[in-house]
Amino acid sequence: MLRYLTIRIAQSIVTVLLVTMIIFVIIRLIGDPTHLMLPPEATEADRELLRQQMGLSDPVVVQYWRYLLQLLHGDMGMSYRFSLPALDVVLGRIGPTLLLTCTSLAIGILVGVPLGVASAVRPDGWIDFLAKGIALFGQAAPPFFFGLIFVLVFSVQLGWLPTSGYGGPQYLIMPSIALGWYSAAGLMRLTRSNMMEVLTSEYVKMARIKGVPERAVVYKHALKNAALPVLTFASLQFGILMGGAVSIESVFAWPGMGKLILDSIANLDYAVVQAAVTLSALMFTAINLTVDLLYAYIDPRIRYA
Amino acid sequence: MSDLLRVENLTTWLATESGIVTAVDDVSFSVRAGRTLALVGESGSGKSMTCSSIMRLLPGNGRIAGGRVLFEGEDLLAKSPAGMEAIRGRKIGMIVQDPMTSLNPLLDVEDQVGEVFKYHLGDRSRRLRRPKVVDVLSRVHIPAAEKRLGSYPHEFSGGMRQRVAIALNIACAPKLLIADEPTTALDVTVQQQILALLRELQRGTGMAIILVTHDLHTVQRFCDEVAIMYAGRIVEQGPVSEIFARPAHPYTQGLLRALPQLGSQEERLPLIPGQPPSLSSLPPGCRFAPRCPRATDLCRTEYPDWMATSGETRRSACWYADEVLG
Repeated sequence: MLRYLTIRIAQSIVTVLLVTMIIFVIIRLIGDPTHLMLPPEATEADRELLRQQMGLSDPVVVQYWRYLLQLLHGDMGMSYRFSLPALDVVLGRIGPTLLLTCTSLAIGILVGVPLGVASAVRPDGWIDFLAKGIALFGQAAPPFFFGLIFVLVFSVQLGWLPTSGYGGPQYLIMPSIALGWYSAAGLMRLTRSNMMEVLTSEYVKMARIKGVPERAVVYKHALKNAALPVLTFASLQFGILMGGAVSIESVFAWPGMGKLILDSIANLDYAVVQAAVTLSALMFTAINLTVDLLYAYIDPRIRYA
Repeated sequence: MSDLLRVENLTTWLATESGIVTAVDDVSFSVRAGRTLALVGESGSGKSMTCSSIMRLLPGNGRIAGGRVLFEGEDLLAKSPAGMEAIRGRKIGMIVQDPMTSLNPLLDVEDQVGEVFKYHLGDRSRRLRRPKVVDVLSRVHIPAAEKRLGSYPHEFSGGMRQRVAIALNIACAPKLLIADEPTTALDVTVQQQILALLRELQRGTGMAIILVTHDLHTVQRFCDEVAIMYAGRIVEQGPVSEIFARPAHPYTQGLLRALPQLGSQEERLPLIPGQPPSLSSLPPGCRFAPRCPRATDLCRTEYPDWMATSGETRRSACWYADEVLG
């Protein structure tokens, strides 16, 4: 188990390093920030001076090495736009995005998984019918579309909820449902198809042969087995939802990381982009690592492999 | 002595791509306590469907269309779902073909065996169940049982897994054990061990066994009665010794002739020509008629009545049973 854990952590570190390397190179390919930082009438010599001050005239490999050394000290560079440490800029915006993403994922799991189980237990029953409808809408339209519809109905027409902004729970309801609907749809379909398959397995038949009550057959014997791929899918959803949050954040004027990244790319604010992407990669690999460990906890065949 | 299990005119339908077929057709037999009945037939002859019908655990496309399954005088087909749950695993056990897939890969052995005590005997605490689990695992000869409690199915060999499956089915001392091809997926040497174990358990407890198999040698050595199935129907049934000595149905005769004999000089075994009919396009008369060397026009148009041969103990569904008997 310890060996498994060590290997997985090492793999995660390599993944994050690769991500930082790729974003470091790509953002430098997009453009030179000195064009945006200096007035148009500045000479090439002025620009070269600024590049040297910012360390941009060195070879990329040297720059990256310097960046890595800084990173080890928790320093992610300065944002020239905000004149603040890039890490602080990102950390100031990561909270709302995480809140939105986690709430949406929770909605997705709490709605999708029970619906998937219920519809697999009685295929073509009324719950199955309802669940298929929910899944169809959730996957057919992008989250921001539901966001706009929600605003139209619940804010403009009914006046129940604020149209946009950030604050108490009333602001969280519409964006998280609009985003969570999408992941509920996928989770429901995956849970349903896995449960259908597991429910016809020999070990589920054996549980029934033993006289295990149907409830325990479904929730103990079948769901535990069907949950493994669902767990992986849910952890991938986390990344997808963080990406989807960008459009939802603009619809609801949510002060999250999505808009920050977009603006920073447009302004070639290297340090902020790097910090935001690195933090996202860290969170994503941390979640994947947790899921892998959960997997090993649930499935003994992995534990000893 | 009265019958422990009496199946009367059991008929089971299966919805398939080619329409509804009758997988089990008007099947009747009975088993007495302490005895072993063999259900013999080719794949698709309805043996397993008969067992699943008795347990009322048919696949989603199956439905019991008629008949009665009297167990200790009560009709299992009339029981509520909860009533069946109380009987399964407690009074009737069942082991299935492939021990590689019949145990839950995510639950340890103690949990899977202990569940039987939990749901049938109300032993809620894992600690209290433990000695009982160890005891039943030792009864199926799992070595160092108390050390294997935390093991998972993948840590056992096929034969050991089948022993675990047997353990959880005999844990509550059932009156009847249905063994649906329990050794088909196992090595030959392990097969003998499992059969020996079943016999040992039967001697100790007096439970009845229904053994589904297509191995006639096993039937001969292990069983008291035999029912031969062909295309969903029983074609001949009776005591093993009598039927093996003098079969009264051409199909049984063909099966026995195709049995390799030790020391035989024959190079090729006489096989039954042709294939069993598809359940969706059965011949109008006797289902074996297209392959039967004795078939007449009567056989081809009308399904034969039961012919009692040699008294009341055995019967054959062949118009010419007496001639076959010789």
